Amino acid sequence: MKNYQSKRGIFAPADGADQRQFIRRHSAVVRMTHWINVFCLSILLLSGLQIFNAHPRLYWGEHGADADQAVIAIGSQRLEDGQHGFLRIGALRIETTGVLGASLEGDAITARAFPAWLTIPSYHDLGAGRNWHFLFAWLLVINGVAYLMHGFWSGHILRGLLPDRDQLKLRHLWQEVVDHARLRFAKGDEARRYNALQKITYLLVALVLLPLMVLTGLTMSPGLDAAFPFLPDLFGGRPSARTLHFITAFSLVLFVVVHVSMVVLSGFWNNVRSMISGRYAIDRSGDAS
Amino acid sequence: MKPAFSRRRMLTGLMAGAGVAMLAGCDRMTHSTQFGALLRNTEKLTMSSQRLLLGRQPLAREYDLADLSPVFRANGTQSPDSEEYAHLLEHGFADWRLQVNGLVQQPLSLSLADLKRLPSRTQITRHDCVEGWSAIGQWQGVHLGRVLDIARLKPGARYVVFHCADELEKTFDGSGRYYESIDLLDAYHTQTILAYAMNGKNLPVAHGAPLRLRVERQLGYKHAKYLMRIEVVSAFDTLWGGRGGYWEDRGYEWYAGI
Repeated sequence: MKNYQSKRGIFAPADGADQRQFIRRHSAVVRMTHWINVFCLSILLLSGLQIFNAHPRLYWGEHGADADQAVIAIGSQRLEDGQHGFLRIGALRIETTGVLGASLEGDAITARAFPAWLTIPSYHDLGAGRNWHFLFAWLLVINGVAYLMHGFWSGHILRGLLPDRDQLKLRHLWQEVVDHARLRFAKGDEARRYNALQKITYLLVALVLLPLMVLTGLTMSPGLDAAFPFLPDLFGGRPSARTLHFITAFSLVLFVVVHVSMVVLSGFWNNVRSMISGRYAIDRSGDAS
Repeated sequence: MKPAFSRRRMLTGLMAGAGVAMLAGCDRMTHSTQFGALLRNTEKLTMSSQRLLLGRQPLAREYDLADLSPVFRANGTQSPDSEEYAHLLEHGFADWRLQVNGLVQQPLSLSLADLKRLPSRTQITRHDCVEGWSAIGQWQGVHLGRVLDIARLKPGARYVVFHCADELEKTFDGSGRYYESIDLLDAYHTQTILAYAMNGKNLPVAHGAPLRLRVERQLGYKHAKYLMRIEVVSAFDTLWGGRGGYWEDRGYEWYAGI
């Protein structure tokens, strides 16, 4: 890792005693693929919800249509006082009028699974939703392949993301959990590397969740199922793959919520800068010099 | 004046603005001609890569009788409401004829009995709807390739167009009439059949009686129901909306392998 001290005064604290050291945290490829990913995943999520709206029921098994039992379903019901929406997970039924099942479209509450402000396009158009989804799916795959090739070749994944031996000791891991809970973040040399919880999460996203997203997506293709019959077998059928596609998507949403929260809490501008220009400031104030 | 601060403020503004603009812009971009062209090129990329993988013409998975969907959802038209169709149905499709014409040496007019005399194929396959649901059913019918061979294709033949009896959308010019098209690679695939029976019985009206297309490896809207005429063409851009099918004219992909 290249180090360079801040030469420009604007990064120095007001009192002039600069206790920050700047390092280059992220390589250009990581920074670029990160933001392309942000863009692709945003569009894929919103166009994916448009596609989901065409049949807002999820099944497990080799077949799944209206007469089959759904594991998760968003539905709506017309009652005397208007359209009602609900979310059903197994035997659990939650009233979700206004957001899921029935929401405002134009100036009327309309039956639609995800609301207009969460879909691309905002109005119902399965064909357009699919067009958006597949264009950005291709981009995501190309971007992902570039990231993985660079990641393995440069050592970013094996050296940067695989937890170091000392980080995997139970006591250390417990300490990290406690530190996270108290919002105490790494300083000094320790801040040069990701902590173990971070590393495990990033590995999970890059090597498990995103590939799972792509594979379950491809399994929904009747053409690819003919070319690769093991695909539907792997996930227990096309309807199961569709269900996993949806669950994995929401796992990624959950990751983004936690990820962005941690970015904000652990020094928003420092983190964002390091993902844009690569420059990351390390707080050396606690160092014994 | 703190330059760092203003840069941050600008970034925050940019990020918030980008989010709002993205959602508003997506609706508008959907209708833009340039972006529409880009989206259609995605379809080409998808189709050529799938065709590369499907070069050896693998079969779609075939299932057992035990796997059949208890209820096979009927989609699209449930019963064509033309007088012509009502008449055909009333007489058990005895007067129905499948016309085969276009770029063929020998135009054909085949009765249901003619079709049933030809060798048949029975297959239990999964039907995947573009909407996301799947149903498993058993289909019996004649190889489309066999029928095309009897009619003998003329040079220049590239696509097979299926003209149907049902009007999915009522229009004055007839553009709401269902039609579909596939290329010769899919037309000659082992599992591409003209099905007259489903789950061991004559094809029910809701599923396209008397005859429907099965083109496994593509989504449900390609499997045209209520077949009346098969037309072999070199290009389909002069037909109705020019995109090769009822749903294609309304924004779906012509290649429905995903």
